[in-house]
Amino acid sequence: MTDASIQQAGFDGEAQFGDYFALLKPRVMTLVVFTALVGLLAAPGAVHPFVAFCAILFIAVGGGASGALNMWWDADIDAVMTRTRRRPIPSGRVTGDEALAIGLFLSGFSVVFLGLATNWVAGGLLAFTIFFYVAIYTMWLKRWTPQNIVIGGAAGAFPPMIGWAAATGGISVESVLMFCLTFMWTPPHFWALALFMRKDYDHAGVPMLTVTHGRRSTRNHILVYTLLLAALAIATAFTSVGGPIYLVVALVLNVLFVKGAVDIWRRDEDASEADNFKAEKAFFKLSLLYLFAHFGAILIEAALTRLGFAGLGLGVWA
Amino acid sequence: MSLGRTHEIHKRRFGRNLGVGLILVGFIAIIFGLTVVKVTRGDYEPVRASVSESN
Repeated sequence: MTDASIQQAGFDGEAQFGDYFALLKPRVMTLVVFTALVGLLAAPGAVHPFVAFCAILFIAVGGGASGALNMWWDADIDAVMTRTRRRPIPSGRVTGDEALAIGLFLSGFSVVFLGLATNWVAGGLLAFTIFFYVAIYTMWLKRWTPQNIVIGGAAGAFPPMIGWAAATGGISVESVLMFCLTFMWTPPHFWALALFMRKDYDHAGVPMLTVTHGRRSTRNHILVYTLLLAALAIATAFTSVGGPIYLVVALVLNVLFVKGAVDIWRRDEDASEADNFKAEKAFFKLSLLYLFAHFGAILIEAALTRLGFAGLGLGVWA
Repeated sequence: MSLGRTHEIHKRRFGRNLGVGLILVGFIAIIFGLTVVKVTRGDYEPVRASVSESN
């Protein structure tokens, strides 16, 4: 074997910059960035625009770091799941050690710089979020309990609290409400995904509700959690982060969301397989719009409040 | 053996090098910007009150 052939063998599939960026789960990062931004902008008080930009950037980097650590730990699961087997580590473009090093470095970097740029409550919350996602969810709950998504969903719910803390230096009822919104949204969102990606979780041996309690039970759980979420989401309209615009958005989307959950609940496996899980896929897509629209409405309410249109003259919000 | 300017590794790793370079430039810009904001806002003013009291 010549030097050239050895080199060629080693260079094939060499990681490019995009592969390292993919470790940070950029699609998940969009949710983190958006909800953190809403938390930061909905908070009382003014934050310097450049500090706000840096805060969101460091929160995004922290979220990305936890994604890299998740990929490092879950490389064995990712390799057998259709949805994840093209990720950088199972595809062989990036080694697990590289992902671990990048994840650890970016975790420390993001926490320290968020603390320095804003305050240490925000930095501490980001550190806890990374710890919760990596140690509690990824390393412990995910392979141990079918409630993995329910409890682990907290990790994805922290960004608006971090954004709020970056602006105010503390935690409040409003930021906890935004946390609860994402926390309650996560289970039906992922269980719908598990219903139509069912073989993935079976093969990987992840104790998703679909695997441990059956698909009928998962459909029941989706309905119950969706009803609880709807009550929470609509009740939020009558708090200081809500308002009439939020109420309209929440009413429309929750009617659609509950209808979607009822449709899933009423179906059996034969009906789902007959149309290739049409209702489950539609519910999953709607869940993405659901969260973005709710936080978008909170953002609009915050903007109106700052412009002096708080409550639009309606007594509840005045 | 010296590493020529047109070595194959430069082409192969151009994307990675460019990405790392842009991140470093961005990092410098962020640190500079944060420093300017914090200094002009007075976040790092020395505590003069206690000094004047002791005088």
